[in-house]
Amino acid sequence: MHVKAQVGMVMNLDKCIGCHTCSVTCKQVWTNRHGAEYIWFNNVETKPGVGYPKRWEDQEEWQGGWELDRKGRLRLKAGGRLKKLLQIFWNPDLPEIDDYYEPWTYDYEKLTTAPLSEHDPVARPKSQLTGKDMSIKWGPNWDDDLAGAPEHALRDPDLEGLGEQVKLEYEQAFMFYLPRICEHCLNPSCVASCPSGAMYKREEDGIVLVDQEKCRGWRFCVSGCPYKKVYFNHNTGKAEKCTLCYPRIEAGQPTICSETCVGRLRYLGLVLYDADRVEEAASTPDEKDLLDAQLGVFLDPEDPEVRAQASRDGIPDDWIEAARRSPVHALALRYRVALPLHPEFRTLPMVWYVPPLSPVANAFEHAEPGDPDDVFPAIDALRIPVDYLANLLSAGDAEVIRGVLKRLAAMRSYMRRKEVGRRPDAGLAEAAGMEPADVEAMYRLLAIAKYEDRYVIPQAHTELAGRLMEQQGTCGLDFEGGPGNCGAVPASEPATNESFMLTDMAEGRMPAEAAANDEPDDQPLRLNIVEMLERGSRAAPEAEA
Amino acid sequence: MLRRGVPAIRVAGCLVTTVFDLMLAQYGVEREGLPGDWPAGYDDPEQPYTPAWQEEITSVDARLAIRIAREFARNAEQTNGRSMICMGAGTNHWYHSDQTYRTFLSLLVLCGCEGVNGGGWAHYVGQEKVRPFTGWQSLAFALDWTRPPRQQAATPFWYMASDQWRYEGFSAEELASPLGRGLFTGRQFADCNALAARLGWMPSFPSFDRNPLDLTDEAKRAGVPAAEHVVRELREGRLHFAAEDPDAPENFPRVLTVWRANVLGSSGKGHEYILKHLLGTTESAQSADETPPELRPAEVVWRDEAPEGKLDLLTTIDFRMTGNCLFSDVVLPAATWYEKYDLSSTDMHPFVHAFSQAIPPPWEAKTDWGAFQRIGASFSRLAAKHLGVRRDLIAAPLLHDTPDEIAQPYGEVRDWKAGECEPVPGRTMPKLIEVERDYGAVAEKMAALGPLLEEQGNAVKGASWKPVEEVDYLRRKNGVVRGGAGDGQPSLELAEQACEAILALSGTTNGRIAVEGFRSLEKRVGLPLADLAEPRAGDRITFQDTQTQPRTVLTSPEWSGIEAHGRRYAPFTINVERLKPWHTLSGRQHFYLDHAWIQELGDGLPTFHPPLHYRRHFGEQGLREEGRLEVTLRYLTPHSKWSIHSEYQDNLHMLTLFRGGPVIWMSREDAERIGVRDNDWIEAYNRNGVIACRAVVTHRVPEGTCLMYHAKDRHVNVPRTELNDKRGGTNNSLTRIVMKPSHFIGGYAQLCFGFNYYGPTGSQRDEVTVIRKRSQEVVY
Ligand code: SF4
Ligand code: SF4
Repeated sequence: MHVKAQVGMVMNLDKCIGCHTCSVTCKQVWTNRHGAEYIWFNNVETKPGVGYPKRWEDQEEWQGGWELDRKGRLRLKAGGRLKKLLQIFWNPDLPEIDDYYEPWTYDYEKLTTAPLSEHDPVARPKSQLTGKDMSIKWGPNWDDDLAGAPEHALRDPDLEGLGEQVKLEYEQAFMFYLPRICEHCLNPSCVASCPSGAMYKREEDGIVLVDQEKCRGWRFCVSGCPYKKVYFNHNTGKAEKCTLCYPRIEAGQPTICSETCVGRLRYLGLVLYDADRVEEAASTPDEKDLLDAQLGVFLDPEDPEVRAQASRDGIPDDWIEAARRSPVHALALRYRVALPLHPEFRTLPMVWYVPPLSPVANAFEHAEPGDPDDVFPAIDALRIPVDYLANLLSAGDAEVIRGVLKRLAAMRSYMRRKEVGRRPDAGLAEAAGMEPADVEAMYRLLAIAKYEDRYVIPQAHTELAGRLMEQQGTCGLDFEGGPGNCGAVPASEPATNESFMLTDMAEGRMPAEAAANDEPDDQPLRLNIVEMLERGSRAAPEAEA
Repeated sequence: MLRRGVPAIRVAGCLVTTVFDLMLAQYGVEREGLPGDWPAGYDDPEQPYTPAWQEEITSVDARLAIRIAREFARNAEQTNGRSMICMGAGTNHWYHSDQTYRTFLSLLVLCGCEGVNGGGWAHYVGQEKVRPFTGWQSLAFALDWTRPPRQQAATPFWYMASDQWRYEGFSAEELASPLGRGLFTGRQFADCNALAARLGWMPSFPSFDRNPLDLTDEAKRAGVPAAEHVVRELREGRLHFAAEDPDAPENFPRVLTVWRANVLGSSGKGHEYILKHLLGTTESAQSADETPPELRPAEVVWRDEAPEGKLDLLTTIDFRMTGNCLFSDVVLPAATWYEKYDLSSTDMHPFVHAFSQAIPPPWEAKTDWGAFQRIGASFSRLAAKHLGVRRDLIAAPLLHDTPDEIAQPYGEVRDWKAGECEPVPGRTMPKLIEVERDYGAVAEKMAALGPLLEEQGNAVKGASWKPVEEVDYLRRKNGVVRGGAGDGQPSLELAEQACEAILALSGTTNGRIAVEGFRSLEKRVGLPLADLAEPRAGDRITFQDTQTQPRTVLTSPEWSGIEAHGRRYAPFTINVERLKPWHTLSGRQHFYLDHAWIQELGDGLPTFHPPLHYRRHFGEQGLREEGRLEVTLRYLTPHSKWSIHSEYQDNLHMLTLFRGGPVIWMSREDAERIGVRDNDWIEAYNRNGVIACRAVVTHRVPEGTCLMYHAKDRHVNVPRTELNDKRGGTNNSLTRIVMKPSHFIGGYAQLCFGFNYYGPTGSQRDEVTVIRKRSQEVVY
């Protein structure tokens, strides 16, 4: 057993109102700069819908994540070794700008400078890639609230196999929101895909980051991530991704998206896991067993042995304590209401979701007029089809979803009975496989959801971070084109649409070279082929401390 | 007409029944032995108010309606009234929304849900109301210096000022119940407004066709009180209410200052009428026919040439270049929330928050308080010379929560002009109140808390008190003004000082005021109430407190909720738990309203009225051009999830997050009908105006309806229209205000004007629009 700590997140989809505050505050802090215009580390998708970038969930198309080879060994879906080498100058699995969207702005200054004229002035859209007039055809949230759904939504990969269950008709309409950030996976395929060793998973808290110094802009991480949460900055020519707001996490504060979440649906906390069992779990033969496999990797911080080993493995005491109080651990493991997003991608993602309950459709047909508080019979009549949620959160296993929805429904019924002065019904809890006390604790966490219960984030131990002294006076975020503002390098020339695309690579040029041209590149191609070959075929290497 | 019996007895020769029985009869609840025409059962679609009948109108399955009704009532029963109806803009702005509201309330009252925490009606609009109400109103309306203020009901103001009244397709008569007495015969809505002004029901400014400063001068010369002079002039036909001739140049509004609003970019219903008549721009796309001669007002003067460009000066104070700014003569740059000191609160949230300045206002931007002080200073300098000290005359309406409520008993309409009664100010017509204006001292007065609070006290909703201690406290806290009009008074020079004054003067933020207010209410209602505020009697929230952390407000007579021991605001809990009478004619909640005009409309009880029939009233809207496919749809403008009225909708992030410009949402079926695909450019038009925008095709919108979210300004990504080669319109280009006569009612119990409290609503929801595909090549 090798105990590690990971900061994880749970989002309770029951509460997401689709306001996109998380997206805006994240963008404002992290990607509101040249080269990152189209990048949303946090985005919110309306489901059913194709998402951002389009159809990111379809790994037949994008070849992201992992798969098992014929011998049952884990390998990158995009292929390892040779295939990658052959494709190093032309990666067929990369999304193009239109799969995201062409970012735009407006000539706002027209509104203040236009001379007196017959028609009142108007600001019109201009491409942020070319600077030219543009006609807006797609955006990062094009299908918000089922906009354009008749044309697009049926291409949602999660609708596969649902057939007649889903009709895009007014009376049958259903939707919910799916906020997404990087999953900070236990077995990140982005890290494994990187030929330059620029991507790494932090030893102390599992946050997955791109070393901007090392990144050479190969973009195998972009295609390798099945969640499409690594992005290519077309100004710096380097990869960027959600940092889980690590400067805040280190200070014991929640991420920006969590802090500003209007629905207060995000939870942050530690999970202890056994690093020795990650590869085995990710290699579980049956996709439907991946959830249990991942849960099996997690360790119980109440177990004295786990605690002792954690201590021996260098995890500070207050972190172990924090793991005991972790809402993420509680929701995923203790109450088993949180589920990983697309476990079948085999990256062992660490942002989990509580699936949404939804109104009972055609209530008068499905439930007997008896007790309307009797919720169990209605689980299969909920507006959001169980099978749809299963495609999203349990590799298609509807039983898992049913179990979670049952627990959530039981919690509501149980608490309602208690609230309206009738006797709390222990039978309700038991029917969902829970103790009454657990139901009440879960209620406190999910419904009351106080700030201090949602975010249990231990501060970083400065005494363990030797390099901190050297970093005094810098903000750590001021790499060229980065969001930091302590002496940041000004942005280079506007990129063209083409520079975003694959031309640089197709021409055999180093993209980073092409874009970051004001600094002579003293190191030639730092392609670590050995490392890359290794990474392509096994679980992510542990970063060395 | 339906005939149904109700149980009744004869008392002193009169037939008496209960409102409840009348209501059951109205709703078709049959009981043994009652004569008449009753539904056969819930599944009878022929008789009104059955579940089966509503299904044909709403498309909601009758069985579902029954189930929801049962669950709603069952829940209320189990929880002692904790069933709630939660609504946003919802049914608001439909023509008959007042009736819809009353049906909601009836349902809740019948289930015992009103005045219960967790139950009742949670009405999530109108949050512009502020918690520290009395403090705010003292400053906002300068009640510390001069009373009463001039406060206008917005809807009739815009309706008349922008000449929307000249484009009616029907009149009040159309709406009369078959059982009516003919009270609306020949009456146009503008006539209703004129009557409301004349009878003191609604405020109406300008009030007369003569400057009130001149009226007082004339009175002085004649040696009579101004009110007497005005009554005589009116009676003898030399003086007229401006509402009787709104298009006479002397009655135009001439100067408009827009602050914190975007009338011309989002919220002004009948946008194109405003452009044409109030502003006189060539950009107006309005093409409606004027009211045909036979439907024109009986009383309000009809001028053959409708005026265009009534305004002389339009000033806007804003920090964004909105549509309103683009049409303005003067734009003053304003500080944003992070560049000024201010307070923030609503009637629904239990906290009062501060805005604090993070950075000073950039460039030439000024804080709101600063901007108005500067305007005040320049105005005062000029006015001292040109206006000096004058007597002004205010025609004030009969007010809510004052003895005015019993000025016109029995809800009968008596018009002094028609000789039905004597013109008596404050009884049968507006109060006529003389006040002194020192125009040269306006700025000095704004910068000091005036003496009237100590002298005359403060009042709200029937409670009153004198904040003598508070004014003294403010002298110490804010410092004292030396010299000028405000000599010796607390300083209000800085926005922070104004915030301090608001907090000190309200019972929601100052426990002493809350206790005093409740004590005065105790005298009025004869019940103990002060104990509600006593536990926090010593609490006083200062501005600095709110800057440190949002503060929980106190239980105060300014509101009707009990907020203590962890309870949140729920309206009417004081009424229900402490038996404080409701502010109504009977002191109870009312199912039944007996005002003559309400009876005339058949609105005595909460009943269903269908939406207005636009096709009948205004004719087909389509152009029916050869070879062009068109579809006519119900046009809704609901609140968007992403904006507070116009705020944020032109921000790049928000535009990036949704389609980059204005859109109209429509159903797949309707889109298919006219060959429109998602994101195609379309044009939506009717007699009111034209919109050029993109289509969002979705199954989330039902067939026959389209919607454009509220606050779609025309300044970002709006091309010129194909139809008339003008800049495409705003969401309000397709709307026009339609007035309901009963909303003008005043002077009768709870049906009395209260600023931002009770008055006519601007309904526009029943509107229809034509949509067609346009050339996909757009010109800006
Ligand atoms: S989601 Fe997983 S694979 Fe994708 S970038 Fe994040 S850590 Fe890497
Ligand atoms: S801020 Fe919270 S509620 Fe709003 S969209 Fe993001 S996750 Fe959902």
